[in-house]
Amino acid sequence: MKLKKNIATSEAGFIFNPATGDSFAANPLAADILARAKAGQDAAAIKADILERYDVAPGQLEKDWDDLLAQLREFNLLD
Amino acid sequence: MAVTGLNATDSPGPGVAVIRALRETADFDLRIIGLSYEALEPGIYLRELVDRTYQLPYPSAGTAALLERLRYVREQEDVAVLIPNFDAELHNFIKLEPQLRALGIRTFLPTLAQLEARDKLNLPAFGTAHGLPVPASRALHHAGELLAAAETLGWPLVLKGRYYDAAVVHTLAQAEQAFGRLSGQWGVPLIAQQWVGGQEINIAGLGDGHGRCLSAVPMRKLTITDKGKAWAGITLEDEALLTLARRFAEATQWRGGFELELMRAASGELFILEINPRFPAWIYLTAAAGQNQPAALLRLALGLPVMQQEGYAVGKMFVRYAWDLITDHTAFQQVAALGEL
Repeated sequence: MKLKKNIATSEAGFIFNPATGDSFAANPLAADILARAKAGQDAAAIKADILERYDVAPGQLEKDWDDLLAQLREFNLLD
Repeated sequence: MAVTGLNATDSPGPGVAVIRALRETADFDLRIIGLSYEALEPGIYLRELVDRTYQLPYPSAGTAALLERLRYVREQEDVAVLIPNFDAELHNFIKLEPQLRALGIRTFLPTLAQLEARDKLNLPAFGTAHGLPVPASRALHHAGELLAAAETLGWPLVLKGRYYDAAVVHTLAQAEQAFGRLSGQWGVPLIAQQWVGGQEINIAGLGDGHGRCLSAVPMRKLTITDKGKAWAGITLEDEALLTLARRFAEATQWRGGFELELMRAASGELFILEINPRFPAWIYLTAAAGQNQPAALLRLALGLPVMQQEGYAVGKMFVRYAWDLITDHTAFQQVAALGEL
């Protein structure tokens, strides 16, 4: 997952795309994932941390991860 | 200095926003003279923005009537610079530039050739000549040409009035109805333009007349009225938009304020739908974002140096609102009867 460089995120979960003017609200987990991705953490490390912190099966996590990526791509937030 | 376009209605003129931006410049202590066409233009009654207002004859009265009126205004007021803000009046003001200069009134306007070249009727040729992306369009002189236009340009079709107003039509019946309304209001020809879907983006810019774009601020419309006007908008960061504005200013040697009305298709491709030869009604956003274009134009008109403006606040928003100005009938009567307040 590679967020576009100029995408602004806030701790409260707001996402702003300055190229399109679009704003989005992320739930706390999505906001945390985006913050980590923006900080340069790779997908494997983020997923490993989620598996450790949350009661979620690896298969379910992969499915949800793909959903998140699809949404981010649709919203034009990924490179 | 004097400013036109005080009609801050649901399809607002840019004058009030231009004045608001000018009021923020620290370079000058300005006395602002409003120039109006009708007695109920709201800007007339914004006394904290406009020091005094004089009514002008309608553009259709011609240059002689306009010059006579401006000569009178000049006798009453020390007008050093005049900023016209309506498409329909620009022709007269450009033609009168030498006479106005003789009166001590400076303007900073495009040439007549520049004004004509970017006219809606000439936009396709203009795009081709300068390598700028413009949707296909054609002039329509009577409703019988609608079907042929639709066969060439496809449905839906955008029908545009000569100066203002537009309608998106999906069928011949809708097109004929819109043709009747638009031609009745604005005359012919109308312009039939290929419809392009996507995000509506505008760029306000300022050209120095020598090919340099001194300022460009892109804005995406967030709320659009039924007249297609932005009622809320947000500044964008996108190098492609700034590059397009620079290309426009360089290709045309544009002199003065301008607005590019763009559509960004889902593919990311940009199309210029219209080029307005003046500042837009949302021009105050440029000042709020850090590039005060009206103040820069004032300096250009006075022959003062203006640096190329770089950087502006991205994500700066405007949300327009309507406000009931309270005035007294005597003020209205004075404007209506005497033509000044």
